[in-house]
Amino acid sequence: MTSNRDRRVVVTGLGATTPLGGTATETWEALLAGRSGARPMEFDWVAKYELPVTFAATIATPPGDVLAKVETRRLDPSSQYALIAAREAWADAGKPEVEPERLGAAIGSGIGGVWTLLDQWDNLREKGPRRVYPLAVPMLMPNGPAAAVSLDLGARAGAHTTVSACASGAESMGYAIDMIRTGRADVVVAGGTEAAVHPLPIAGFAAMQALSTRNDDPAKASRPYDTGRDGFVLGEGAAVIVLESEEHARARGARIYAELASVGMSADAHHITAPEPNGSGASRAMLYAVERADLSPTDIIHINAHATSTPVGDVAEYNAIKRAFGDHTDDLTVTATKSMTGHLLGAAGALEAVITIQSIHNRLVPATINLDEQDPEIALNVVTGEHQKLPDGDIAALNNSFGFGGHNVALAIRSI
Amino acid sequence: MAQSEQEILEGLAEIVNEETGLDTASVEMDKSFTEDLDIDSLSMMTIVVNAEEKFGVRIPDSEVKNLKTVRDAVTFIAGAQS
Repeated sequence: MTSNRDRRVVVTGLGATTPLGGTATETWEALLAGRSGARPMEFDWVAKYELPVTFAATIATPPGDVLAKVETRRLDPSSQYALIAAREAWADAGKPEVEPERLGAAIGSGIGGVWTLLDQWDNLREKGPRRVYPLAVPMLMPNGPAAAVSLDLGARAGAHTTVSACASGAESMGYAIDMIRTGRADVVVAGGTEAAVHPLPIAGFAAMQALSTRNDDPAKASRPYDTGRDGFVLGEGAAVIVLESEEHARARGARIYAELASVGMSADAHHITAPEPNGSGASRAMLYAVERADLSPTDIIHINAHATSTPVGDVAEYNAIKRAFGDHTDDLTVTATKSMTGHLLGAAGALEAVITIQSIHNRLVPATINLDEQDPEIALNVVTGEHQKLPDGDIAALNNSFGFGGHNVALAIRSI
Repeated sequence: MAQSEQEILEGLAEIVNEETGLDTASVEMDKSFTEDLDIDSLSMMTIVVNAEEKFGVRIPDSEVKNLKTVRDAVTFIAGAQS
């Protein structure tokens, strides 16, 4: 595996709309304050369908507060979130001047336009085919968010959608790195989005016993690494970054947050949902990322873990980290920000990439909340209580994302 | 119940506004849906279906291509109501 950092890829803009805030900055501040985005779901369908889980990490700022009415009407919520995050990231990057043919979009989603799909199915059954909205198909298609961002920013180098369940957002950033490295684009707007706080995915995840059922105390429900963890908390939102070749960013004098140095990917080929218990697939993804970033494992000082708060998944990731880093595992500063954000599925990897970039840029790692009694099977140095400072000088971190289907994606982020 | 052309125009303008975000005042009798209001065929179908519901009429798909201006639509709806 060779690195390809002769054309370095840097981060110049951040955007996010999440359960913790309507912007990347609001989200970051809430993370430092240790706030939970989980709350009871105030929807009539929760009682109607007698859902076994009555809370979720719902979006903090409704898209209708930000977008034009016609945009909320003609876009699925997954596209609305992506558009909000992309516009923020684009403005944060200073709206770079770039030829449309050199600007790309890569926005992943795990599930796609599930609200539109099922609303229109209801329309068909209750009112007939003529009442199916003519934009139903472009709204429900999983590439809808990438297309919406491409249209909005005039990105013509390509609009791409990676779909790998909960690794989708991270994979899209890996795809964007490749677009820039291979010379297809100078600037790529990349991220992930998900709007699946809908009764069907909730019922499905609950049926597979993946969700926490701590209905009486939502803010305490997402508790990665804790002995009392009982599943993940469903979240929603989007996170998007602006990536540029370093040359392009330097030439325009852009503020650079960090280098998105590499992506490492692998597949478990083990089971459709269960992670490989010994973590060999996930550890390969981490080591590929390290190698392609021109780093040694001991150069990594921080990991923003996938850590969803499921009993099996958190241990499997620990095994993978241990396998990849050996004795250096004890020196890693680890955090599990899903304890606050919930699990944004196809947006999770993108959001955690944004958080890792903020951590490297600000040299601060947000603490993991709800970790009262650490699982003795997970010997990681997890930040709890107060956020932790990272040292000065050259530093590097990994962000892990894993998805149903056995998808493993690790992003390496270096200070600049 | 038959409505006046003015009432139909106002109702149609609300439907166009909801679907496209265009100001209701811009929906004038002599405006062309495609050339002046920049309404594409997908939006036009939504407007037609919503107009059927709002005005209690049936607008056959074969008729939609003849509704070039706002006046064409208002006239058709008024005729179908009477």
